[in-house]
Amino acid sequence: MSSVAAAPVERTALQSWAENAWRTFHRYSPLLLLAIAWELAARLELVSTTALPPLSDVIASWVALLRDGDLQANAGASLFRVGAGLGLAIGIGAALGIAMAWWKPVNVLLAPLVEIFYPLPKSALIPVTVIWLGFGDASKILLIFLGCMLPVTIGAYNGARSSDQMLLWSARSMGAGRLRVLRDVVLPSAMPELLSGIRIALALSFILLVSAELIVARKGFGYLIGFLGANGSYDAMYAVVLTVAFLGFAADRLYLLIARRALIWRA
Amino acid sequence: MASVAQTAPVDSAALRVANAAFWLVTRSFSIVALAVAWELLARSGMFTPFQLPALSNVGLRIWSDVTSGEFAINAGLTLYRAMTGFFICAVLGVLIGMAMSRNAIAHWFFDPLVSVGFPMPKTAFIPVVILWLGVYDVSKITIIVIDAIFPVITATVIAIQGVERELVWSARNMGANNREVLTQIVLPAALPQIMTGLQVALPLCLIVAVVAEMLMGGYGLGGAMMTASRFANSTGVFAGIVEIAIVGYILVKAMSLIRRRLLIWHQEAHDPSTA
Repeated sequence: MSSVAAAPVERTALQSWAENAWRTFHRYSPLLLLAIAWELAARLELVSTTALPPLSDVIASWVALLRDGDLQANAGASLFRVGAGLGLAIGIGAALGIAMAWWKPVNVLLAPLVEIFYPLPKSALIPVTVIWLGFGDASKILLIFLGCMLPVTIGAYNGARSSDQMLLWSARSMGAGRLRVLRDVVLPSAMPELLSGIRIALALSFILLVSAELIVARKGFGYLIGFLGANGSYDAMYAVVLTVAFLGFAADRLYLLIARRALIWRA
Repeated sequence: MASVAQTAPVDSAALRVANAAFWLVTRSFSIVALAVAWELLARSGMFTPFQLPALSNVGLRIWSDVTSGEFAINAGLTLYRAMTGFFICAVLGVLIGMAMSRNAIAHWFFDPLVSVGFPMPKTAFIPVVILWLGVYDVSKITIIVIDAIFPVITATVIAIQGVERELVWSARNMGANNREVLTQIVLPAALPQIMTGLQVALPLCLIVAVVAEMLMGGYGLGGAMMTASRFANSTGVFAGIVEIAIVGYILVKAMSLIRRRLLIWHQEAHDPSTA
């Protein structure tokens, strides 16, 4: 009896795995097609190979960059900047947003500032951060912090403001103090919007990082892209550009995974 | 009860004026405070004029930019690039989004491109675009479109998916054909979310326009800032920030005004909380 029952289960597991694999392949097949088209267009010299080196050459120079350690060294610098800037932005931005929703005076003071600074294209701050903090890590961290803080603040503010009045009253009537209400009611109900604000900030942080490094830096992905481009090693330049793009994409997917875990209690 | 109703009209007019004045003062308080703090800090000698030029000097610099016509040229060029990019994004993005939600092949082709392309930092592709198209307007507008089209596509797809089935069914029931359903039901019902996508795309267009100008040089607000920065002219850099901030503020405000106008029939236009 047991073997009969076990056999179909095993088969369906295998089947569903194969089905999933096929579905993933089918879903991403356009990317594969584009990659093949790229390789063919470059190999058949339909386009100038300076402007578009063949994908296989790009992969080869990616491996070479990895072997020299150039890629890792610059990646380390860039990821450190993103991590530090984004971490500051999330911590301070979320605290400000919740404070704005929780205490009216804070809101009256800060809301007008948020309103005039939010539409400021943050890339305009690149030269100023350089004037203040020079060419190194600090100026990029400040830029990413300033650029990413407001989306987090606005997410936290909207989330904390939308917490259910019934829940607030119930918590109060059951004897929770203000801080307890903040921790157990306001924070959890602010979570979804806060997390989507952080997602916007994550995307922005990579944009700002690369822009700042392309314009002024001595290490980091942007610097490496500019350096390789100026030297005319375009296949290596493509390799770094694709690496940054992939990292941005991977960071977003990883974040979504974590955010979904964090919101699992909302069913 | 009756007396309240009688006195209310008189009081409410005066009250409204007083209330508006009060809010104007409180809302501008922190902005004025920031400006005063900037001026005082700069004059206090804690920072060199290179680190923090006085607000009054920055104001003078902006004034001279405005009177010399420099500001009009730079702002005009930046706006021209950002808005051209924005309109291409709007038209192309909505078209691709519509195609994706109506056509299986379009969906198969674009879906992975959008889901992989959206979270990528597309500014990394600026050197590639320079390699292909040079450093002039075409390449600046191209990189703007590459960056800002994704929010429009995803917003359109989600918006069309979210249109209530009952609306479409009723229209079909009353004899609407495909085209009528699309233009009279689906697009209007999807408009609020499409507008949200456009509102995300617009500031992105400006951000990328400024970055592209900084990297590729030439006229434009970003280019002017980079020039000032190369000459260690920090008054010029701060003036550039204020000018870009003003342009960005006006654009974003104009966009939400247009949203209100276009969605005047929609619930949200009558909801005071979406100010």
